Amino acid sequence: MHSEILQRLLEDRTAKRPVVLATRLSDGIQKLLYYSDTKGENALLHAANEALASDKGRIVAASDGEWFLNVFNPPLRLIIVGAVHIAQPFARIAALAGYDVTVIDPRTAFASEDRFPGIRLVTNWPDEAMAAEAPDTRTAVVTLTHDPKLDDPALHAALKSPCFYIGALGSKKTHASRMERLTAAGFDEAARARIHGPVGLSIGAKSPAEIAISIMAQITEKLRT
Amino acid sequence: MTETLDHEKVLEQAARWKADGHGVALATVIETWGSAPRPVGSQLAIRDDASFIGSVSGGCIEGDVVTRALDTLETGKPEVLEYGVSDAKAWEVGLACGGRIRVFIEPVTA
Repeated sequence: MHSEILQRLLEDRTAKRPVVLATRLSDGIQKLLYYSDTKGENALLHAANEALASDKGRIVAASDGEWFLNVFNPPLRLIIVGAVHIAQPFARIAALAGYDVTVIDPRTAFASEDRFPGIRLVTNWPDEAMAAEAPDTRTAVVTLTHDPKLDDPALHAALKSPCFYIGALGSKKTHASRMERLTAAGFDEAARARIHGPVGLSIGAKSPAEIAISIMAQITEKLRT
Repeated sequence: MTETLDHEKVLEQAARWKADGHGVALATVIETWGSAPRPVGSQLAIRDDASFIGSVSGGCIEGDVVTRALDTLETGKPEVLEYGVSDAKAWEVGLACGGRIRVFIEPVTA
């Protein structure tokens, strides 16, 4: 790999620009490919588009030989609503799993740099914050506040987005009343069923870190299976 | 924040080593069959003193990949290697999981 290509690739990563590194296997010649609107007239560009969309690298046979396409999509994102105790280990575990983590909480006593060193904090109200974050198909959203004033606007925004996972902390009883409020707000059964609640895989988790693990496991399951 | 060992950080480390004046090679999983331990796209960066970061398997073939990467630094030529139980060297550097993988090895050039 030429140093110049490596530098450009790292710049794309920093700018969170989706990019494919194409390598011709016979001689190691490389180029960077980006999303393009070619309607398949160029086999390599077409395959790069597909690889980016599926987030899977592959080998492609083109007229000038075999090329390996390595996909570099921006990291998956996790939006945590509620800078509560569980959010502290959760943000760290998710970052370890490769997620770009954002914690939303307007209560600055909770959302503090001391409590979340190195984690991106947003202290706007969840409706405003969620609109700015614009969750996409590579985003997971988890609400942890238990407070409808904070959780519900975030859940509304998540349900209107194509995010791949939505979780809401709370007991079965809390979840049932949450569902009633969402019904009243006009969300149909299919929409409401997108919410994982009570959140996380059932592993008997007790401590904040254990609960974070159970949520992370459920997000991973949703992503990969 | 704690550093994750995804391929982004591997490339960043490779770039840092290169900037420090080291010879650096990259190994990338380009194809897998069966129960391969690391998915396509996984990367290992190798420094000229044989230290490395990242992975292309669960630790089964890294030793051999590092050796071959050091050769690549000498020749300057990229190479495609295949590992698996069907490999003649299976007893030495095969994959215990029974999978097979192809790895592309290349030097980082100035």
